[in-house]
Amino acid sequence: MTDAPTHPLTRNVRPDRRPTDMAAYEANGGYNSLKTNIGQRTPAECLEIIKDSNLRGRGGAGFPTGMKWSFVPMDNATPGHKYLICNADEMEPGTFKDRLLMECDPHQLIEGMILSAYTLQADIAYIFIRAEYHKAIGLLREAITACHEKGYLGDNILGSGFSLEMHVHVSAGRYICGEETALISSLEGKRANPRAKPPFPQVSGLWGRPTIVNNVETLCNIHHILEFGADWFQALGKGEDAGTKLYGVSGRVKNPGCWELPIGTSIREIIEDHAGGMEDGYSLRGFLPGGGSTDFLTPEHLDLAMDYGTIGKAGSRMGTGTMIVLDDKTCPIGFIHNLTSFFARESCGFCTPCRDGLPWSAQVLESLENGDGRPEDLETLAYQIDYIGAIGNTHCALAPGAMEPVQSALKYFREDFEAHINEGCCPYERSASGGAVS
Amino acid sequence: MTELIPALSDSEIAAIDAEIAHVPYRSAVAIDALKIVQAHRGWVSDESLRAIARHLEMSAEELDGVATFYNLIFRQPVGDRVILLCNSVTCWIKGCDKVQAAITENLGIGLGETTADNAFTLLPVTCLGACDRAPVMMVGDDLHQDLDPAEIEKALSGEPNRD
Repeated sequence: MTDAPTHPLTRNVRPDRRPTDMAAYEANGGYNSLKTNIGQRTPAECLEIIKDSNLRGRGGAGFPTGMKWSFVPMDNATPGHKYLICNADEMEPGTFKDRLLMECDPHQLIEGMILSAYTLQADIAYIFIRAEYHKAIGLLREAITACHEKGYLGDNILGSGFSLEMHVHVSAGRYICGEETALISSLEGKRANPRAKPPFPQVSGLWGRPTIVNNVETLCNIHHILEFGADWFQALGKGEDAGTKLYGVSGRVKNPGCWELPIGTSIREIIEDHAGGMEDGYSLRGFLPGGGSTDFLTPEHLDLAMDYGTIGKAGSRMGTGTMIVLDDKTCPIGFIHNLTSFFARESCGFCTPCRDGLPWSAQVLESLENGDGRPEDLETLAYQIDYIGAIGNTHCALAPGAMEPVQSALKYFREDFEAHINEGCCPYERSASGGAVS
Repeated sequence: MTELIPALSDSEIAAIDAEIAHVPYRSAVAIDALKIVQAHRGWVSDESLRAIARHLEMSAEELDGVATFYNLIFRQPVGDRVILLCNSVTCWIKGCDKVQAAITENLGIGLGETTADNAFTLLPVTCLGACDRAPVMMVGDDLHQDLDPAEIEKALSGEPNRD
C-alpha cells in the first residue's frame, strides 16, 4: 500500500504536465483502490465511507456527495440501467482545474469513476466533455482502452461480478450543458434545456433512469477516500471541510496557476504566496472566489479561509475555487459587462426572465461603460438583480448566478458606477473596446 | 413533388449506426450524427440536415432545433480552420480585444466571418479553461496561449503549437 498522500489529486502531475500512462499510474499505486475495494467491500460499505468523508461536490454547488448518492434507489425494484455521468464540461469563466486533472492524470478520473459506479451499482458511465478539450478526449479514450485490456472495465471486472461500460461523449458546445439536467437533455440528443426538479436525476435522469452527475474533481477523490479512509480525508482539510481543493488564480497576478491545497487554505496564502501577488504596478481591488457566477469579495476578505461555509458567510460562494482577480486598472463595470454579456449569450432561452433579462442587463451595463448611463440605470440593475437573480423566477440557476457579480459590484464599486454616469465616460484607460493597458 | 434528399455516405451511416447501437432510440444520437456529418462535409447544409433527420426517423425541424442550439454545429459553411477566440473575463482582462483586433487586421474578418480564400472563420467561444495562460484561442485543434497581438501571425501560420 502506498503511503497516504497529502496531495492525492496531483500526485501524478508532472512539472511539464506530460500525461501519466497506465504503467506510470500503476507504479505509483494506481488501481490499488480498485483492487482492494471492488468485490471486497459492498457498495453500501463504500457509500458509508464516502458519506463519512464529508466530501462535497467540487463543481461549484458544494452539495455533499454521499448524500447526493444516497438518493439513488439501490433496491433494483425496477429493472434497467443506472447511469454515472462525469461532468467534464468545464466552461465557467475563470475555471481551469478539470482540464489539468484530465490532461495530466486521466487514469485517476477513470479509477474514481469505476469505484463511484460500483458504489452506485451503475452499469453505464459517460464522460461528458467539451469538444475543445481535444487532448483530454484522446487521453481518456486511450485510458479506457487500457482499462479494458487489464480487466478494469467491461464485463465482470476483476472477477467481482460487477460490469461497467464507459463512453466519452464529446459535446457540441454551450455553457448551459454544465447544468446537470441540461447535460442530461444534451446527452439524450436534445436542446440542452434544464429540467424542472423534482424529479431529481438520482431517481429519474438519463432516459428516465437513476443517474448521478458529478464534477471531474469530485470523482477524482473517490478512490483515494476508499483507499485511505474517511478519517484521512477529513484530516486533509484545514477547517470544517474535508480534503484538498484545486485552487486557481487568474488575472493580473505574477504567477497565475492552479494548485492543490488543503481545503480551507486562506485566500491570502493562495493569492500572495501561490499566485505571487499582484503584477508590478497593479493593486488588488476585488476578486470572484470561484468562477464568473460568484459574488465579489474585496481585500478585507483576504484572511478568510477558502471553504464553503466561510465564503458563504462572507456573502459569496466558493464555487469552483478558481479566483478571478480584479485589479485597480481594470474597470469593474467593463468586467461585469463582459460577464453579463457572456451569460446573456449562453442563456438557453427557455425561460423569459433569463432570455430577456440578461441581454437587458448587458445593454444597461454597456451604456454605463460607454458613458451613456443615467442614474435610473442603477435602479434598472437593482430591479434585474431582485427579479432574475431569484431562483424561482427563473427555470434554473444561470441567471441568478449571473447576477451575483453584478449585485456585489454595485455594493463594493458603487462609486465607479456613479463616476461613469457623472463623467459621461469610462474613467479607466482600459475601456470596453480599447484593449488592456500594457 | 418528392424532394430529392442526397444520401448519407456509407462511412457516415456506419459511424452514426455505431452510436445508435448504445442508445435506446435513434434520435438520441442527433448531436453525434450532426457532428459526424460535419466532420465529413465541414458543415451541415439543409440537405445534409434532412438526410440525417430521415436516417434518425425524426423531423428535420426538430433536428434543426437541436443543430442551431449548439455553437459547434455549423449551419453555414466555415473556413478550413475555425478560430475559437476566448473572450471570457480573464482573457478580457488580459487583452483579448487586442488579439481580436490583430486577427481582424491580419485576416480581414470580424467575429462570425470567413476569409475570402475560405482558410479561416473567426468565432467567439466560452472560457477555454486555460485562464492561467490568458489570452488564449484555438486555431483548428490547437490551443494557443499567452497570445501576443504583435505576433498573431505565428499563431495563424499553422505551425504546431507548444503545448
